[in-house]
Amino acid sequence: MENVVSIFVRSIFVDNMIFAYFLGMCSYLAVSKNVKTSMGLGIAVIFVLGVTLPVNYLLENYVLKEGALAWISPSLKTLDLSYLAFILFIAVIAAITQLVEMVVEKFTPALYNSLGIFLPLIAVNCAIMGGSLFMQQRAFVNIAEATSYALGSGVGWLLAIVGLAAIREKMAYSNVPAPLRGLGIAFIIVALMSMAFMSFSGLKI
Amino acid sequence: MSKLMSAKTKEILLGPLAKNNPITVQVLGICSALAVTAKLEPALVMGISVTIIVAFGNVIISLLRNTIPNRIRIIVQLVVIAALVTIVSEILKAFAYDVSVQLSVYIGLIITNCILMGRLEAFAMSNRPWESFIDGLGNGFGYAWILVAVAFFRELLGSGTLLGYQVIPQALYDAGYSNNGLMILPPMALILVACIIWVHRAKDKELQE
Repeated sequence: MENVVSIFVRSIFVDNMIFAYFLGMCSYLAVSKNVKTSMGLGIAVIFVLGVTLPVNYLLENYVLKEGALAWISPSLKTLDLSYLAFILFIAVIAAITQLVEMVVEKFTPALYNSLGIFLPLIAVNCAIMGGSLFMQQRAFVNIAEATSYALGSGVGWLLAIVGLAAIREKMAYSNVPAPLRGLGIAFIIVALMSMAFMSFSGLKI
Repeated sequence: MSKLMSAKTKEILLGPLAKNNPITVQVLGICSALAVTAKLEPALVMGISVTIIVAFGNVIISLLRNTIPNRIRIIVQLVVIAALVTIVSEILKAFAYDVSVQLSVYIGLIITNCILMGRLEAFAMSNRPWESFIDGLGNGFGYAWILVAVAFFRELLGSGTLLGYQVIPQALYDAGYSNNGLMILPPMALILVACIIWVHRAKDKELQE
């Protein structure tokens, strides 16, 4: 249990998706122009990460890993399907985002109206695929750890995008040199935020 | 050959290097651009891999463009890319294991690299295979040169080496020079890209916002 909490906190602050690994940068820079929409996208990312990562965890441990298929018959013990990981992970992510979109549209139209446009975008967001690939690399011992990693990464991403959006809203009033305006200054702001987050790297929980 | 290299194809090939650069102008594929540039070697390998994948992905999608039903085109594109990425990743594991370890998850993340989806969707779905191939090469090179430029400065100033060879002489260290550790950390990649954008837009006023 302690481990689960520690993974959660670490993935928000220390291994932040944006500031430590630059995952999901494209939509991060494109959508962070105002706080409200970035909040919507952030929540959608938490949601999709929280659903896809446990599914991919099960897939990894019961289908793909070397010897993972032994639960079907002992003769499959030597089978290693890990080279299929990329295709299966991305297929699962694309399918689940589609499914989530339909379910959300049917049952909570209000949520759909605020998230709707972002859900299809998320299928190709590196943060989602990156979450699954990091999960594979770190070999979490159980599904609770994988889920807490997913939620923590999502919350970290939300924090990063809302922070950047808030700063960019205020930037409208400042006099930035013309060539840096827009994209250039956004990069520098992210760099400064990332340096600030580096102070968490000594965090021991 | 002259027909193959008309003025239009030249524009398709050279446009993405500067005026229409995927990273600094279209803002695509930044994740991997920043993450793999702490050293020159992984940046080179990454640039080459992306160029190959985007060029061949473009050709395949362009050949299939009239047979793909519109509603499921995203899935088809993802599967084509994922297959190409798997091939590249297995080749790297077999022939350049050290680099593939350094690149870790970022090879897999080429699948979700927006440059690929962007080019397939915007170009290959509506153009012939040869032009699509050229477009893929152009965008791949445009992406690769930014990576190499950023990695060059980060490795030179951060570790004093280039491609692993010591470049800054020992005498300089003895005289009190020391490597700038900050260059290897993630934030400096962002600042270097911002500098490239700054110079680029200062020269090309049309791009300013």
